[in-house]
Amino acid sequence: MSMISCEKVYMSYDSTKAVNGVSFDVEKGDFLCIVGENGTGKSTLLKGILGLQKLNSGTIVFSGIRAGEIGYLPQKTLVQKDFPASVWEVILSGRQTRGFKLFYTPEDRRIAKENIALMGIEEIKNKSFNELSGGQQQRVLLARALCATQKLILLDEPTTGLDPFVTAELYNLIAKLNREHGVTVIMVTHDIKNSVGFATKILSMEHDGDFFGTTQEYMKTPAAKLIFGGAADA
Amino acid sequence: MLESFLKMFEYEFMLRAIVVGALVALCSALLGITLVLKRYSMIGDGLSHVGFGALCVALAMNLAPLTVSVPVVIIAAFLLLQISENSKIKGDAAIALISSTALAVGIMVTSTTTGINSDVNGYMFGSILAMSDTDVIVSIILSVAVLLLYIVFYNKIFAVTFDESFARATGTKTKLYNTLVSLLTAVTIVIGMRIMGAMLISSLVIFPALTAMRVCRSFRRVVITSAIVSVVCFFAGLFVSFCFSMPAGASVVAANAVMFIIFSIVGMIKRKVS
Repeated sequence: MSMISCEKVYMSYDSTKAVNGVSFDVEKGDFLCIVGENGTGKSTLLKGILGLQKLNSGTIVFSGIRAGEIGYLPQKTLVQKDFPASVWEVILSGRQTRGFKLFYTPEDRRIAKENIALMGIEEIKNKSFNELSGGQQQRVLLARALCATQKLILLDEPTTGLDPFVTAELYNLIAKLNREHGVTVIMVTHDIKNSVGFATKILSMEHDGDFFGTTQEYMKTPAAKLIFGGAADA
Repeated sequence: MLESFLKMFEYEFMLRAIVVGALVALCSALLGITLVLKRYSMIGDGLSHVGFGALCVALAMNLAPLTVSVPVVIIAAFLLLQISENSKIKGDAAIALISSTALAVGIMVTSTTTGINSDVNGYMFGSILAMSDTDVIVSIILSVAVLLLYIVFYNKIFAVTFDESFARATGTKTKLYNTLVSLLTAVTIVIGMRIMGAMLISSLVIFPALTAMRVCRSFRRVVITSAIVSVVCFFAGLFVSFCFSMPAGASVVAANAVMFIIFSIVGMIKRKVS
């Protein structure tokens, strides 16, 4: 059974229809890229998966994973610019999931340290979150998401505002999590060119209809041919 | 100087003011951090006006001030939170609507009964003579409860304040914690406004957090620093008010303002150096 299966999901954003009958499934170990133009409901769909917003109709069924076991990397704007918080505090807060916990246990600290090592950010552990560069902030938030769960992470436009070099680094890091650590990844992006290569499945949300299939199948669609030109086979 | 400082503790009314005031200063400093960071600074101001209205009504009807105003302000806090989350009226505008309405009701009720007498004046600008023995006991119980709840839920409050979407996505009931914070704020405001005054209590919520944020860069340090700053400023303000017979509330606000300026300068120097 699929880890997540979405059946004919309809959702609205500010009382306009945003998600129109989207269906797809994600298996364990998949890397799903949700691509599409602005305003096609990509972020709204993510909110639906996370349970942050109600569906108008349709179903999202989870298997082997509970709501609240999803690591989430929000769009950058959601985290405040002048918030006083150290990197360590931010990452440790990822252990603050489901139910009540008075203090962090040694186990929580161990997991936090492991993920800090995994993201290669040991040297900025004690820095203030808002003094970091965009790429460093995304790594910290990724480490926090991994503290919440190792099963599934959702990323919402993780590379917005990052320079091409840092973007490539971040993609490689996410791909490594997916391939070597078996983390299932769902990533919303409009950076199709650079991200499709890492994906195993593509959900393309366009105004004139959606596409869902494997990356190989996506490459044969007219939209992909338009974007990638003659290099579509690469 | 030390002598007059110690003399402050000899009067019973001063002791009451010191105990209640220091507890309120502590509570409001802690809650203020979340309110400032969530851009809810004005909620404190709005709630204190509602509290003023409730106190006026209680006075006119000859009821105990705390038993009337605590539930009224708690209801107002829920309303404000609900409005700023869902409605089309923006949060700051909603607060202005509710607070000015409550103020108007308070003034109207007062004018038909007692007029602006010293009691009402005390509600507006604070009075250290305002506390009865029951008030003191209720205040102590309530502020200890606020402190305990804040400590118990500290990590959750951090997670929800820092990133509400993430907290919700990972299974934290964020609504519960937002409600908790506004509930604790409502209680703190009502207790504090007797000493500080309805017009000045919101500064006790906002100042210590902002002062600490000038210098500190981690949440834990901001929490500890603003708690210390708030209590120190309260004692400084009360001392000044005792020595020069000035209103306590206004003196505490002035002490906070001075501290804010000092921390701002220290913060600037710190940033230049590093």
